[in-house]
Amino acid sequence: MQELINIFVKAVFVENMIFAYFLGMCSYLAVSKKVSTGVGLGLAVIFVLGITVPANYLLDNYVLSEGALAWLSPEFADVDLSFLSFILFIAIIASMVQLVEMTVEKFAPALYNSLGIFLPLIAVNCAILGGSLFMQERNYANIAEASVFGLGSGVGWFLAIVAIAAIREKIQYSNVPGPLRGLGITFIVTGLMGIAFMSFMGIKL
Amino acid sequence: MKALHNFLEKNVKPTFEEGGKFEKLWPVYDGFETFLFVPGKTASSGAHIRDGIDLKRTMNTVIMALIPALLFGMWNVGYQHYIALGMDATFMQEFLFGAIKVLPMVVVSYGVGLGVEFLFCVVKGHQINEGYLVTGMLIPLIMPVDLPLWMLGLSAAFAVVIGKEVFGGTGMNIFNPALIARAFAFFAYPAYMSGDSVWINTSVSEGQSVVDGFSGATILGELATTGSTSYSAMQAFIGTIPGSVGETSVIMILIGAGLLIFTGIGSWRIMLSALAGGAAMGLIFNAVAPYAITEVQQQFMAVPFWEQLIVGGFAFGIVFMATDPVTGARTNTGKWIYGFLIGFLAIMIRVFNPAYPEGVMLAILFMNTMAPLVDHYVLQANIKRRQKRTLKTAEG
Repeated sequence: MQELINIFVKAVFVENMIFAYFLGMCSYLAVSKKVSTGVGLGLAVIFVLGITVPANYLLDNYVLSEGALAWLSPEFADVDLSFLSFILFIAIIASMVQLVEMTVEKFAPALYNSLGIFLPLIAVNCAILGGSLFMQERNYANIAEASVFGLGSGVGWFLAIVAIAAIREKIQYSNVPGPLRGLGITFIVTGLMGIAFMSFMGIKL
Repeated sequence: MKALHNFLEKNVKPTFEEGGKFEKLWPVYDGFETFLFVPGKTASSGAHIRDGIDLKRTMNTVIMALIPALLFGMWNVGYQHYIALGMDATFMQEFLFGAIKVLPMVVVSYGVGLGVEFLFCVVKGHQINEGYLVTGMLIPLIMPVDLPLWMLGLSAAFAVVIGKEVFGGTGMNIFNPALIARAFAFFAYPAYMSGDSVWINTSVSEGQSVVDGFSGATILGELATTGSTSYSAMQAFIGTIPGSVGETSVIMILIGAGLLIFTGIGSWRIMLSALAGGAAMGLIFNAVAPYAITEVQQQFMAVPFWEQLIVGGFAFGIVFMATDPVTGARTNTGKWIYGFLIGFLAIMIRVFNPAYPEGVMLAILFMNTMAPLVDHYVLQANIKRRQKRTLKTAEG
């Protein structure tokens, strides 16, 4: 249990997808003009990360990695399919994103319209693929740890996009120098927020 | 004053006005004139409140509130220096030694910061804002006394440009510029900003030497490495301990806090809730201390909660930095949440994160990023509540 909490806190604050790795920046920058759309996309990312990381964990451990197919038959013990992991991870992610897209379109058409192209683009969002690849690299012991890591990364990304959206709503009224308006100031704010998030670096529970 | 005013009006002002010789430098002149005299202009239309207090008076009040901490800090720098050398010194000697160390920091901070600010105002052609008056005083107070002056200047310049001017100047920034300066110095030059050797000036001249067994660590530094401290709670309260220039004396900070609360410039809600947050986290730590993994952490957690509140920069941070009206939460409910989380996080970071024994700076920066979000949701909740009420009365 303590290990799970540790993984979750680490994924949310210490190894935040945005502020520690700067992953998934494109949708983070593009959809953060309003808090409400930010919340929508953030929830979608939590959902997709929460599903795809454990799904890819199963895929990785029972199909792809070296000797993973041994449960099928002993003669597959030395088969190593890990070269397929990129493509299969993406396939799973894309199908999950389709699922989210259809749900959002059906139940929240307004949100669907305001998210626009960035909802299907979650499929190629590097934070999502990054989540699966980090999971593979860090060798989590069981599926519970992998799902907690996926959820935690999603929550961290959600926190980041909601915070920046609120800040951007506020600095709309600021007299930002012309060349910096829009994306420029958002990059600067993101960097400064990264400094603030550094407070959690090195925390061990 | 009258004569000076007439002189300025007649001889100096025209050269800065439109068509004058120094037309471009108008913001600089304007900044000094409004600093000396209350502007004669008032708003001519619309609803407005007439009040003698404007931004400059506000800033001056904060500076007055900082003076006790500054003076005490100067004396303490000298006091710690002579203790480290094992020498007897009179009060005046100690104060003068500290003043020689601290005043250059203040001068550099103001010189660099105001220089950058003036440059921006002249180029952009807008009025000079007073925001830097307080920031420039805060920066030397939250730095270790041995920080090289060029680092201080660089941090101040960074804080003004990246922390404030890119957002459009005073009143529009998201992060407290003084904290940006400290965070910049902290992450760029960690060797000069943390550790045991930076808090006390131990420069020795001919025939002097540092006493045996001298450590120079702050209370928090000692607690983080050994779990116990050699200073008493009373010393921490009075402030005769090593630390950043202005942060050590809780008494002097309380005087400043009193002035801020009395004049209504600092928010008592934030101070009180931050205190409550810190106390809450301290109590939680006291309760769970026996379960901590390492012995050092066990002892650190077992430190009584009220002692956590008086050591380190906690008091200084929540009185002078968290209450910044620009970067903090702006709604009253938001202020309670904002302050509470600052206190809570500050104590948490300081205990859990051995790399940063001083968590207050980062806790406030973190809450600066979250303050707009807190405000947003407080507003939304308010809107919802009022909508419900309107609907109810409309139906009934």
